[in-house]
Amino acid sequence: MNTRRQDFKRFLIFALVPLAIFTLVLVVPFTRGVFFSFTDWDGFGFTKFVGFENYILSFQDDTFWASLTLTLAYVLASVILVNGFAFGLALLVTIPLKGVNVLRTTFFVPNLVGGVILGLIWQFIFGQMLPSLAKATGIPIFQDNWLLNTQTAFWAMVIVTVWQQSGYMMIIYVTAIMSIERDVIEAATIDGAGGGKTLWYIKLPLMAQAFTISLFLTMRSAFMAYDVNLALTGGNPYRTTELVSLRVFKEAFAFGHFNTGQSQAIILFVVVAFAAVAQVFVSKRLEVQR
Amino acid sequence: MTRARRIHWFFFAFASVLAVIYAFPFLVVLINAFKEKRSILNDPLGLPNSFKIDNFLLAIKRMGYWQALGNSLLITVISVVAIIITSSMLAYYLSRSKSRFSSITFLVLVASMIVPFQALMIPFVGLFGAKGLNLPGNQFTIAFFYVGFGVALSTFLYHGFISNIPYELDEAAAIDGAGPFTVFRKIILPMLGPVTATVAIINALWIWNDFLLPAITLLDNDQKTLPLKTFVFYGKYTSDYGLAMAGLLLSVIPILIFYFMMQKRIISGISAGAVK
Repeated sequence: MNTRRQDFKRFLIFALVPLAIFTLVLVVPFTRGVFFSFTDWDGFGFTKFVGFENYILSFQDDTFWASLTLTLAYVLASVILVNGFAFGLALLVTIPLKGVNVLRTTFFVPNLVGGVILGLIWQFIFGQMLPSLAKATGIPIFQDNWLLNTQTAFWAMVIVTVWQQSGYMMIIYVTAIMSIERDVIEAATIDGAGGGKTLWYIKLPLMAQAFTISLFLTMRSAFMAYDVNLALTGGNPYRTTELVSLRVFKEAFAFGHFNTGQSQAIILFVVVAFAAVAQVFVSKRLEVQR
Repeated sequence: MTRARRIHWFFFAFASVLAVIYAFPFLVVLINAFKEKRSILNDPLGLPNSFKIDNFLLAIKRMGYWQALGNSLLITVISVVAIIITSSMLAYYLSRSKSRFSSITFLVLVASMIVPFQALMIPFVGLFGAKGLNLPGNQFTIAFFYVGFGVALSTFLYHGFISNIPYELDEAAAIDGAGPFTVFRKIILPMLGPVTATVAIINALWIWNDFLLPAITLLDNDQKTLPLKTFVFYGKYTSDYGLAMAGLLLSVIPILIFYFMMQKRIISGISAGAVK
């Protein structure tokens, strides 16, 4: 009894305020959001429950499907490319090269700057600099502004994302590579394993945890991507490059479609949650297998 | 040249080329920030003829740069301090309490990290905006929000660290007559240095660069942060490239200074934060 009272006292001192803020700021709006997605909410109030109607309307909307598929394609492309580049960079900067610290810093720096600023920088590069450069030199692929075409604008977003995030993930992989004990590598080399074999049989399995984390982080940020999307393409041309996050924002605050916008946000949440759980589950199994 | 040396040089050259590509966008901004519009259109990669700082002076004035910088600094500092205080205390409670409530709370905090901001943004605006509680759009309100959104990850980081501090230390201090808060402040808090550095850096980078939450919270022009002002400024002067580039460069510089001052801590903070 005494310990329970003590525990309650400690709860009041240490946990009450943080948990109250967490509940008010995150839990309450989220629960209300789930709730409102089943009503005819107009941003101020609601009159009745509509069941799954908002969800049905969303799924009947071709532009929402387009946005959702675009988001999935963006997640897939950026998860693969960010981690591919990050891992390659990590291998490169763990070789004792001259000026390796300068290299690491250069690869990492884009990550320090916010997505909106990065998006604006690349808007100038894709929109102004590369076309005028391409016209001067006659290189064909950049003659047209990449941001004016749905396909190329998509890849422009992926390029900026890779540039932005690969340095961060590189740090995680570098930490993992450095934490592999030298004895293990030496033992493998003495046993006759070359660079490729050491990488495949020794380094990669020992780095499984780093892969789990990096894949999780890149996937989460790709699903939630908003800043680069807003600043680079703004969803253009003709709202064909709107990822779900930007779409939800516009649906609610530009067009006043609060209930369908909210249901699309919840769909995004369900997809993220499902993908995150699946990814961690698969990765953990791979980690155990080694 | 031996084979090993040749390979070494090959990798060095390869890495250097990549580094130039990574730095290229910043270089483009840097050289064009000093130029006039016409010379940017004609030759975007040419070096500027003269280092005129007119673009910068004008950008500082039209952006309200110093005010925006001050707002960003104030918001980041207040929020990070508030997050450190709340999450270290919450983590201390959660790691010491063996109750079922505490383990469920911890699970909820961890699970909350996959909730996208968009999933609660619309009701969030309804709840706190002009039609709801109508909180003032200032640095304290937004710091309050940042605690709500940041406390989960930071508590998680502190929790891992505090769980490794032996409970015997708490008990010894309690036997000597220290109350729970004194134990926390005198025994636990002084040991949290390394993880506090990690928490501070991860949160500072996030809050400094955040766009969406300030965009829906800070509606008054005098309260807006650097990313917000830069975005508006760029949109307004998007065809005056030299000016726009100067604005972008100005908004990149503070975080670069911060990085070069804290380089070691930032790198170790990120690797420590990610391993958890």
